[in-house]
Amino acid sequence: MIKFILRKTGKLASLLIAISLLSFILVSNSPEDPVQSYIGAEISRISPEQRKNIEEYWGLNRSKPEQYLLWVKAVFQGNLGESLIYRKPVSEIILERFSASIVLMGISWLLSGVFGFLLGILAGMNEGSILDRFIKSYSFIMASTPAFWFGLLLLMVFAAWLNWFPVGLASPAGSLAGEVSLIDKLKHLVLPVATLSIGGVASIALHTREKIIEVLNSEFIRFAKAKGERGIKLFWRHGLRNISLPAISLHFASFGELFGGAVLTEQVFSYPGLGQAIVKAGLGGDVPLLLGITLFSVVFIFVGNFMADLLYVVIDPRMKIKQTHD
Amino acid sequence: MNKKSFSNTKNQIPLLEVKNLSLLFPQYKEGLKESYIQVIRDFELTIYPGEIVAVVGSSGSGKSLLADSILGILPDNAEIMGRLLFNGEHLSTKRQQQLRGKSISLIPQSVKALDPLMKTSKQVQSVIPDKKAKKRIQEEAFIKLGLPPETGDKYPHELSGGMARRVLIATAMVSESELIIADEPTPGLDELTWEETLTNIKQLSKSNRGIMFITHDIHAALKIADKIAVFYAGETLEIANKEDFSGKGERLRHPYTKALWLALPENNFKPLKGNHPESDEVLIGCVFEKRCPIATEFCKTNKPKSAKINNGITRCFYA
Repeated sequence: MIKFILRKTGKLASLLIAISLLSFILVSNSPEDPVQSYIGAEISRISPEQRKNIEEYWGLNRSKPEQYLLWVKAVFQGNLGESLIYRKPVSEIILERFSASIVLMGISWLLSGVFGFLLGILAGMNEGSILDRFIKSYSFIMASTPAFWFGLLLLMVFAAWLNWFPVGLASPAGSLAGEVSLIDKLKHLVLPVATLSIGGVASIALHTREKIIEVLNSEFIRFAKAKGERGIKLFWRHGLRNISLPAISLHFASFGELFGGAVLTEQVFSYPGLGQAIVKAGLGGDVPLLLGITLFSVVFIFVGNFMADLLYVVIDPRMKIKQTHD
Repeated sequence: MNKKSFSNTKNQIPLLEVKNLSLLFPQYKEGLKESYIQVIRDFELTIYPGEIVAVVGSSGSGKSLLADSILGILPDNAEIMGRLLFNGEHLSTKRQQQLRGKSISLIPQSVKALDPLMKTSKQVQSVIPDKKAKKRIQEEAFIKLGLPPETGDKYPHELSGGMARRVLIATAMVSESELIIADEPTPGLDELTWEETLTNIKQLSKSNRGIMFITHDIHAALKIADKIAVFYAGETLEIANKEDFSGKGERLRHPYTKALWLALPENNFKPLKGNHPESDEVLIGCVFEKRCPIATEFCKTNKPKSAKINNGITRCFYA
């Protein structure tokens, strides 16, 4: 077990180095001028000397590898730098934004997991029925629908036409933080969560459906039936664990898609989460924030995959053997 | 053990009696027109307590579905006709539900029949009604079958082919079943495991249990069975006694059984030409007519009924 965790940690470290290097190369070669995005519209007011001073202060006059190493050194000291557009430490922004995003992502993740699994079971148990065909078609349609487009659709129908939910943001515009009630917050969450989870059920439902059909036709279910087991007991003893495997690994491994979906959804609903921040950082040339969020998202997605691996080992005894042999 | 033949079992109530069993599956061909494929037709078989009856047939002849029909675990769309009697009582769907796992049990073919995520001991214990004694009974069965005690804590993928086979036999052993259906328990085994598996199955019949031994392995059937039912295209072509399989097969009644016997390497090694009919083929006359060396025009259009000949049963006009 310890070996397993150590190996995974090693993998995470190398992944972080690779990703940070790649993002650094991409960002530092982008046409965006960091000084200009820092100063903004008043760029014409500063003299070339002032400009040079700023560049020197930021280390922009040094070679690219040197710049990268300087940044890595700072990151190791726990300093992700200061955001250019928010004028606040990057770590602070990540923390603040992530706490908003995690609510959105967490709820959608749970809902899409539970409902996807249930829909998959319903469809698979009634293979070929109208219900099955309905769930299958729904899943295929949702799997090929982009989240942002679906978000816009929901926004149009439920916010613009029906006026049931607010158009955007996480709390009513113009209200103080202390005045925002829980109901208000929830109201603002409904549409973004719906966008993420209504589409998110598709792959879980389809995979669970496929697996349950396979399990129902398996020799071990036939044997269990021959042993007199049936109904709920049969499903509980032999069905559930076997069909939950793909759902669990898929759902934990989908942290990446979840994050990607959240970026787009937050953009559509102007929801002040991490996804919105990374878009702003990219458009505004905010290199420290962009790199900081990139690193953070790598860790986040890695944790998801890691949990999938761990759970797999807990549920499937066949995985343990592989591990000790390898 | 005392051998039973037709003459001395007449007064006893058979454990299992299958009469005119037919099994159909609906199939949708072009358009919405419904048609049926008949997997089993007019099948008959009688098993007495303590008797091993082998059902021999080639692969794809519907043998496993025969097991499922008796256990009552057929798919929902299957349509079953005919009569099943267990201990002289009609074996209804409800009765099957009550009896399976208790009075009727199955020995399946391979390790795949075990739940990959559950320890073997738990899977064997699930058929023991006595909750308190189940651990002890299961452990005793494992010892009897020569399985190391730690086998119970293993998962199916950790078992060898032979061990898995013994675990599956243990399931039947610990149950209080009177009838055991062994569905192809021998393919893919090495010589030693093959012998051992057969010995174990034979052992099960000693405690007055009846065994239906489904196989395509004639050698295995001849080794342990008392009677052999020859299954072809869903029909019983012949029910012969073990002793009938000797010499050049003169005492066998049906040309197919004779051909099977002569095809064995130690006899003539003479293969039978042609193929087993497809399940959707419509056969008006005798199912074996196309491959039969003694078939006549009459066989093409008329279906032979089963008849008792020499203490056995056959379906042939010229037997």
